[in-house]
Order: sequence, then C-alpha cells, then structure tokens
Amino acid sequence: MKNFTKGFIRENPILVLILGTCPTLATTSSGINGLGMGLATTFVLIGSNVVISMISNLIPSKVRIPAYVVVIATFVTIVDLLMQAYTPALYDQLGIFIPLIVVNCIVLGRAEAFANKNSVLSSFFDGFGMGLGFAMALLILGTIREVLGNGSILGHKFIEGDGILVFILAPGAFIALGFLIAIVNRIKAKMN
Amino acid sequence: MAQKESNFTNMVLTLMVISLVSASALAFINKVTKEPIAKSVMAKKVEAIKQVVPEFNNDPIAEMQTIELADGKLEIYPAKKDGKLVGTAVKTFTDKGFSGHIELMIGLDTAKSIVNISVLQQKETPGLGTKMAEPLFKNQFNGKNPSSFKLKVKKDGGDVDAITAATISSRAFCDAIQKVYDNIQEGGKK
Repeated sequence: MKNFTKGFIRENPILVLILGTCPTLATTSSGINGLGMGLATTFVLIGSNVVISMISNLIPSKVRIPAYVVVIATFVTIVDLLMQAYTPALYDQLGIFIPLIVVNCIVLGRAEAFANKNSVLSSFFDGFGMGLGFAMALLILGTIREVLGNGSILGHKFIEGDGILVFILAPGAFIALGFLIAIVNRIKAKMN
Repeated sequence: MAQKESNFTNMVLTLMVISLVSASALAFINKVTKEPIAKSVMAKKVEAIKQVVPEFNNDPIAEMQTIELADGKLEIYPAKKDGKLVGTAVKTFTDKGFSGHIELMIGLDTAKSIVNISVLQQKETPGLGTKMAEPLFKNQFNGKNPSSFKLKVKKDGGDVDAITAATISSRAFCDAIQKVYDNIQEGGKK
C-alpha cells in the first residue's frame, strides 16, 4: 500500500523528485491537457514497470538501460496506435503528447530505481501510484495556468478576453511550478 | 533466479530477443490497427469537408483533383448536389506557422467567397496560436471574398484581426488562404 500512496506527496515525481519536468512544462497549458498526459503516462508506467520487474533477472546488468528503453518505447507505440485506431477524438487532443512519454525520465527512472529490484505486484502499485501522482500534479499545474492565463477552468471560460498571457507561455510554467514545489515542501515539513 | 552474467554472448542474445519480441508485438498491433486508423483519417476528412461547404450528396473524395506546387500540393474536393456544383472544399497548407506546417480545409461557394474554414493540422503554441481554430478568429473570414477583403493582418495593412500575441500564426493562416486564391485562378481548375 505504501508503494501506491508514496507517489502522491512524499515521493511525487514532479514536485519532490523533480523528474520529467520537460513534458510537465510543455503540456500543462490547460488542465485537460495535463490530465490526459498524466493518464497516458500512468498506463505506460504500469506496463513497463510490470514487464521490467518480470524480466529484470534475465537481463545482464550492463545492457539493462537499452533493454528498458526498448520495452518502454514498445509500450508507448502500442498506446499511440491503439488510441489512433479506437479513440480518434481523444487522440486529436493528446496525440502530440504520446510520443513524448518515451523521453519522460519518470518511466525510465522508476524502472531503474524500483522495478528491477522489486516484485511484480509492488512494481505494479509503484507505477500506478507514481503515474497518478504525476497526473495529479499536471492537473493542478495545468488548472492554475489555465485560470491565470486564459480565464477558464477545464475549458469553461469565466472571464471574457485574454488572461495573463505569460502563464500560458514557458516562463509562467516555471513560475507556477516553483510555487507548487514550495507549497509541497511546506506540507512535507509539517508531515515530518 | 540469479542475475545473468554480463558477458558478450549474454548481452547480444538478450538484446536480440527483446528487440525481436517488441518488433513482432508492434507488427501485430500495426496490422490490427491499420484499417481502423485509415478509416478514422478518412472520416475526419469527410467531416471537415461537410463543415466548410453547403450540403452535398456526391462523393467529393472520389472526385478529388490536386494541384502540385513547388512546396506541396493543394487538394480540391468538388461538392455537388444532384450533379450541380454547390461549392468547393480545398485542402491547403502553409509552412510559415510559428511552429511550421499548418493544414486548413477551406470551403468556397460558387462565387468563390469563403463559406467556412476548418483547421486540420497545426502545432502552434498552445493557448496562443491554437486559437486560430476558435470561431472568434476564423469566423471573421466567413462570407468574405478577397476582392473586397484583404487577406493580411491589420498590422500589415490588411483587413484581418490577428490573434493577440500570435501575429505569426495569424499571418500563416492568411498565407494558406491566399494560396488557394492564387492557384485556383491561375490553374483554372475549379
């Protein structure tokens, strides 16, 4: 159970481990985009964690990284093709983010740091929890940027006209992420 | 089970097996999804044509004509109702977007005025350039004809209201439309 819950606050991949900031900053221009990227990553994380924990003993340690990359890229391509074929509407929204998951270091990071040393079941929960923690952080960051930058929440506009444009652009992403990390550090300090 | 030793044979064999398994898994998925993907791409095209021209009952995709340009091609889809031409949908493009390639479907009526426009593909900055697909921007072209409406943003002395903070995307949009008018008249194809 601890493997599942640690991904939300204590070891949140973005806000505490600061992994995968590139897709984080790029895809959180709105809440929905952030959530979609988070959920697609969750799926890939679960798949790659489970497969890698199963085969980790069969892989000589010197070639483990290329082996993991092949497994992860295969999962990402499968997700990409399946979404294109069976959920074209969703693919229109998220299509450009899916290939980005390959280079997301959270996936490789969890394979290297957790899945190759632990059982299949705990790797599954680790991937699931980390993925949801990632999705949650992206949703929060995306919503903040959307509210400030575009005056809307999840696509529903509540202010006419433009918002504070800088929050839609890259600098706003850094600013918002910085404040979020500060808040999470504060919460973590209280928890200890 | 103990960790496998990192000797040459083991490493080569392992990577080979993993790549083989992945490749066959992907080949299988690709085979299964090929047809649904082609279908959904086709459906999207028909949907885009429907959005931009008056009601029709022929098969515009079967009657498609193309005009080859130096940097790409225009696809022309005639829309006919009971054999009579009611409008033309043209798939056009530009490479002048803020992030490169943009594809639009533009619907013209028989007098060559714009009926409606739909954005097929773009990679512009989310939240800024992507607003080109929203009615606030693209509907200003509806019912317009370049003879009385200059296809340039106001900054460049035209009649088009650009998107705030996305002038380059707005210019690219105009460029794609201009391409249709330049070539359809010159090429004489309709």
